[in-house]
Amino acid sequence: MKRKGNKGNVSYAKWGYIFILPFFAAFLIFQMIPLVSTIYYSFFEYYRSGLTIVGPNPVGLANYKALFQSDFLKYMGNTLILWIVGFVPQIIVSLVLAAWFTDLRLRIRGKQFFKVVIYMPNLIMASAFAMLFFALFSDNGPVNSFLVTAGILHTPFRFLSTVWGSRGLVCLMNFLMWFGNTTILLMAAVMGINPSLFEAAELDGCSHLQIFFKITLPMIRPILVYVLITSMLGGLQMFDVPQILTNGKGTPNRMTTTIIMYLNNHLASKNYGMAGAISVILFIICAILCIGVYFSMNGEAEGRGKKKRGGAKA
Amino acid sequence: MRRITKSLAAMALAGAMVVSAAACGSTGSSTAPAGDSTQAAAAGGEEGKVLNIWCWNDEFQSRFNDYYPGVKEIAKDKSTTTLEDGTTVKWTINPNENNNYQDKLDNALLAQESASADDKIDIFLIEADYALKYVDSEYTMNVADLGLTEDDMKDQYQYTKDIVTDSNGAIKGTTWQATPGLFAYRRSIAKDVLGSDDPADVQAALADWDKFNDVAEQAAAKGYKMLSGYDDSYRTFSNNVSAPWVDGTTVVVDKNIMNWVDQTKEFTDKGYNNKTSLWDDGWAKDQGPEGNVFGFFYSTWGINFTLLGNSLATPEAEGGKLEKGNGIFGDYAVCEGPQPYYWGGTWICAATGTDNPSLVKDVMYQLTCNADIDKQITLDTQDYTNNMPAMEALAADDSFGSDFLGGQNHIALFAEAAKKIDMSNAGKYDQGCNEKFQNSFKDYFDGNIDLDTAKANFEKAIKEQYPELTEVKWPE
Repeated sequence: MKRKGNKGNVSYAKWGYIFILPFFAAFLIFQMIPLVSTIYYSFFEYYRSGLTIVGPNPVGLANYKALFQSDFLKYMGNTLILWIVGFVPQIIVSLVLAAWFTDLRLRIRGKQFFKVVIYMPNLIMASAFAMLFFALFSDNGPVNSFLVTAGILHTPFRFLSTVWGSRGLVCLMNFLMWFGNTTILLMAAVMGINPSLFEAAELDGCSHLQIFFKITLPMIRPILVYVLITSMLGGLQMFDVPQILTNGKGTPNRMTTTIIMYLNNHLASKNYGMAGAISVILFIICAILCIGVYFSMNGEAEGRGKKKRGGAKA
Repeated sequence: MRRITKSLAAMALAGAMVVSAAACGSTGSSTAPAGDSTQAAAAGGEEGKVLNIWCWNDEFQSRFNDYYPGVKEIAKDKSTTTLEDGTTVKWTINPNENNNYQDKLDNALLAQESASADDKIDIFLIEADYALKYVDSEYTMNVADLGLTEDDMKDQYQYTKDIVTDSNGAIKGTTWQATPGLFAYRRSIAKDVLGSDDPADVQAALADWDKFNDVAEQAAAKGYKMLSGYDDSYRTFSNNVSAPWVDGTTVVVDKNIMNWVDQTKEFTDKGYNNKTSLWDDGWAKDQGPEGNVFGFFYSTWGINFTLLGNSLATPEAEGGKLEKGNGIFGDYAVCEGPQPYYWGGTWICAATGTDNPSLVKDVMYQLTCNADIDKQITLDTQDYTNNMPAMEALAADDSFGSDFLGGQNHIALFAEAAKKIDMSNAGKYDQGCNEKFQNSFKDYFDGNIDLDTAKANFEKAIKEQYPELTEVKWPE
């Protein structure tokens, strides 16, 4: 052994492999195997009827066929609407807050305090948050009794029985839960910008708006892409908030049923085949959207960068 | 359907309330239950030290703790009960909402064989809506194999035995209660609307659905609501159907269920109800002092358990007393209503593979076949127990009455109604069909969607829940 060691060069490479081994082992067991078996079972008829297990019987693409004959696209639409309506105000408010908190001229007091406060809603479990809203906005909950006693409404407004009432609440909750998180990310991004850029802009007489649009926004683009992609992935997998708020029913008229809630409906009968097919389609959609966003945002930046370079040459 | 926990509370299913407790190793070798439970002595032999009982609320737990003769000590958090022979009863309570109880139970039963003796389920409870799912499986034991004879059960209502009889004729469970349904109305409102609060007069006014609808109109004219919400009268219609929900792989919607849709839509549009849903807090509030609702369809357990609790201004837990003056205690009375029906019911099943067969048998015997215990339960809790002679005796007893119902002897009405219970149309898909049907049509009653969309939504929901069902047939 010794001789061998002395003879050849000492190889440290194996330690590298050993150190990354735990991650790959965990990845393989907890991610890769479930992923592959999900895809595998999506081609099978496999569910429980009562206490009897049916299958697994190979059925080819039957699950996918059934999926596209169902209201899958409607649930996809629901999911996107719920995400976008929550995300747009979230990103706007977060950008404004991040710009304010990092603006040296404004000198906002108690920044640390506000950071904690806006992050708070994210600390509450989504299900607990949804239950809170369920109780607050129920037909004779506190919000309605306030609206009626204050004379704003004559009869209680049945939030959870109207499409935009329940969708609005889901979006509001997602907004409240995530704008703090996004603000802090964006603040970090803004603080990473070289302050001399801001100073130079001020000396040149830029207004706040000009600084924001010409300097801040372009400089934090990579973080914006990150926020957009993580939020989109979270949005596509939206489940706990609408599930708890509508008591697992996605009411009214299945207009708040998201894709994962639809998937969850199939788990009542442990229908691994259909649930697997939904997961696979969702996986593909996620992948396409992410790649799309990544290349459109980054590609644009690179393209412009090249043009600039080209311009400089000429 | 017996989700006695309020819907809100049940929504706390975020974490299932799996009551776990350290199994305490008691001294001495375990023997068959002795003492009071002489009936069990026959089986003898070594038995496990832990009796695992699975249920979805604390109703059976409190019956067991209060009335099972072998109970020695109850843990402070009620998660375990110690019996006199040293056996520990371990309670696993999972709320019912969204199939939660059955999901957990199914997984545990499927793993029953590989579980260690002390972790095996010994007893689990089931309810009428899905009884057949377990009865027609190998996971429940024939009570005859446990030693419970037909003679032991001779005083039980026949329907309570029919529903847990499997396709081979074996009885797979037993219950301490019968659950005939009645219409519980507010005396004060009946007096105002009909001029009398006497159960006979009110019954005459509500004898069929046409009369019922007329009274609804009169009540509305005086500013009352006939019913609280959409699902209140559902059971009365769904119990009087001509065939089971599912035929082969086809869901057959009965004409009478559509009658419920028509009636409820009419009631909603005309403002005869408060647009609540079963178990939501508005529904519970309507049963209390602030309610303006004429009455509620309720079966036995609903009256002494749910309605009574909701009627109080100060709940018992906060020191409220069960007497007149606390909320509307004493203002309710019961009558048969337009059609006979039943609702709910809890059966005790022995899980295959139990390591405590003779104890399980004794629990079943004492709580469901022992006439003295059954009668005492009725006297204490006003529940309607599954013992015909004992109930008939109480029904005939003029001195017996319920203070909650203003002194009325409700057992007499239950005894009449219990004879009419027909469970021949029960099936294993009932729970899913009932729940999905009520959910799907709620949007229609709310005015969000038209009838055809509601039907389509029911078809989607039921096929998601039961992939083996292929078609839904609607009445002409």
